[in-house]
Amino acid sequence: MSPARGRTSWILVAAVPILFVVALLVGRYGIRIEETFRALLGLDGVSDVFRALILRVRLPRALAAACIGANLAITGAAFQGLFRNPLVDSRILGVSSGAAFGAAVALLLSAGTLGLQASAFAFALLAVALVLLIGARFGSAPLVLVIGGILVSALFNALLGLIKYVADPLSSLPAITYWLLGGLSQASWTSVTPLCAVTGAGLLFFLAIRWRLNVLTLSDVEASALGVRVRGLRVAVVGVGTVLIASSVAVGGMIGWIGLVVPHIARAWVGPDHGRLIPVSAALGIATLLALDTIARNAIASEIPLGILTGLIGVPAFLLLFLRFLRSRGEAR
Amino acid sequence: MTLEARRISYAYAPGSDVIRQATVSLDEGRITFLLGSNGSGKTTLLECLAGLRMPRSGAVLLDGQDLRRLPPRLRARRIGLVPQMHEPTFSYTVAEVVLMGRAPHMGLFARPSAEDWRAVDVALEAVGLSGLRNRPYDRTSGGERQLALVARGLAQGAAYLLMDEPAAHLDPHHQADVFDAVSRLAADGFSVTIASHQPNNALLYGDRAAFLIDGAADLQGTPSEILTKATLRQAYGMDFEILYAPGPSGPSAKAILPLSRQS
Repeated sequence: MSPARGRTSWILVAAVPILFVVALLVGRYGIRIEETFRALLGLDGVSDVFRALILRVRLPRALAAACIGANLAITGAAFQGLFRNPLVDSRILGVSSGAAFGAAVALLLSAGTLGLQASAFAFALLAVALVLLIGARFGSAPLVLVIGGILVSALFNALLGLIKYVADPLSSLPAITYWLLGGLSQASWTSVTPLCAVTGAGLLFFLAIRWRLNVLTLSDVEASALGVRVRGLRVAVVGVGTVLIASSVAVGGMIGWIGLVVPHIARAWVGPDHGRLIPVSAALGIATLLALDTIARNAIASEIPLGILTGLIGVPAFLLLFLRFLRSRGEAR
Repeated sequence: MTLEARRISYAYAPGSDVIRQATVSLDEGRITFLLGSNGSGKTTLLECLAGLRMPRSGAVLLDGQDLRRLPPRLRARRIGLVPQMHEPTFSYTVAEVVLMGRAPHMGLFARPSAEDWRAVDVALEAVGLSGLRNRPYDRTSGGERQLALVARGLAQGAAYLLMDEPAAHLDPHHQADVFDAVSRLAADGFSVTIASHQPNNALLYGDRAAFLIDGAADLQGTPSEILTKATLRQAYGMDFEILYAPGPSGPSAKAILPLSRQS
């Protein structure tokens, strides 16, 4: 690894805990660092209100941001390799459309926060299961899965439209619309605890398998000739990635662009080798979403939906990366 | 030590065999050319020999053992498939491309060991690419890419290298680079099999050649034996000229030239 790449990695490693503490510190109520750490460590000398604010509101929310950032970025990186297409993001297989429909149904039926998250998660899994079923019928090649993802997304978008059409325009329709914008204001320990567990397990899986992901970027014939059982590995990666994304979307709603842009930035820094790409994407995803959620909470008097913020930042970031790529090929000035 | 296809037939759809009762024997230390027109079944035969396609009848045997019964990982340590060079999606370095050849030696969750990296260096050295170790693969010439893919096969530990049209898209100089490296490997005991559209390369570099005609491989021998005007006409449906040069034991074929059909 070059010195510059090594330095980048260290900056990232340092950035994650710093941003995490900043996310706990910054908010509507100014809580001093000392008080924050006292609350975290269970020590005296901090008011009950602040203790509750740190432990019951800001801590789960920061953990949710970290988990979702890691999940979107890792899955995006892995899927881009798997589909041999750098324009793929983690939502390629219809996860988001399924989750959006599931959430909309729950909101229509006024099912409560937990019901909403369960329904979003279940329909996200169902959408990808449908894609895999279509894939299995036609040989599970990446192109087949992509087409399956487009079809299933379109199906659930149509169903989402139907739900919106029948929803009460004064109560459930705005709730659906607001949920679709994405945000972490619903994050609580009941939802964040399972999210953390799933994220931890998924992170371990992708870190363990990251060297083998390189072989999946080859054609099926080449990868098979290297003794790799391509189909099984591909289904495992898609399966774990789907659970990560589904649990993220269930808690945070539609948060776009992280899964597309973060792996690109990581690849520009450390190259395409998944041995480095996966951990760097994870750290960068965590740092990015922690930072953006802190901005979303504090930039203006009311909260900015996180999905809007990731879009506003993601689009110019992607344009810059694309320009850099074209320049490296001598196709743009 | 040998890899042989014994009377194998292969069909993509029932009733239309692409490979018909083909018997081919690949020996160590030899370069074997598979010749034949487009669609004659060369690539399919290579993929059968690599154990990636299972013949409908007959068997591919590695040292007498049916490839069907060999686990993919063990097979990949013996047989390497060298595809046509291609435009990669991601900008891996040459060393990273070659490292992928270590997959059959690494566990699913393993990180590359010092031994794996050593195998990469040895493989790069063997094809003369040590100087390009850290160059992005997509910033190397076509010939260098082809050699990197050969090195990947060497990193697998494969004694049998199956190459699909290694000379495609290469100018004569780069073709010579690739075939020089391949000839050195054969001299070191590797078995190299090359599917090719260029009978002239078979004549220049081949120890043996086999014509695939409609999926049958009945015509086999040394290149100078089987590359005649008559067999070339049969295989490609057009005329060729063969240039001979005098030698100590009579004239020998030196070049095969396709003739214009517009005379």
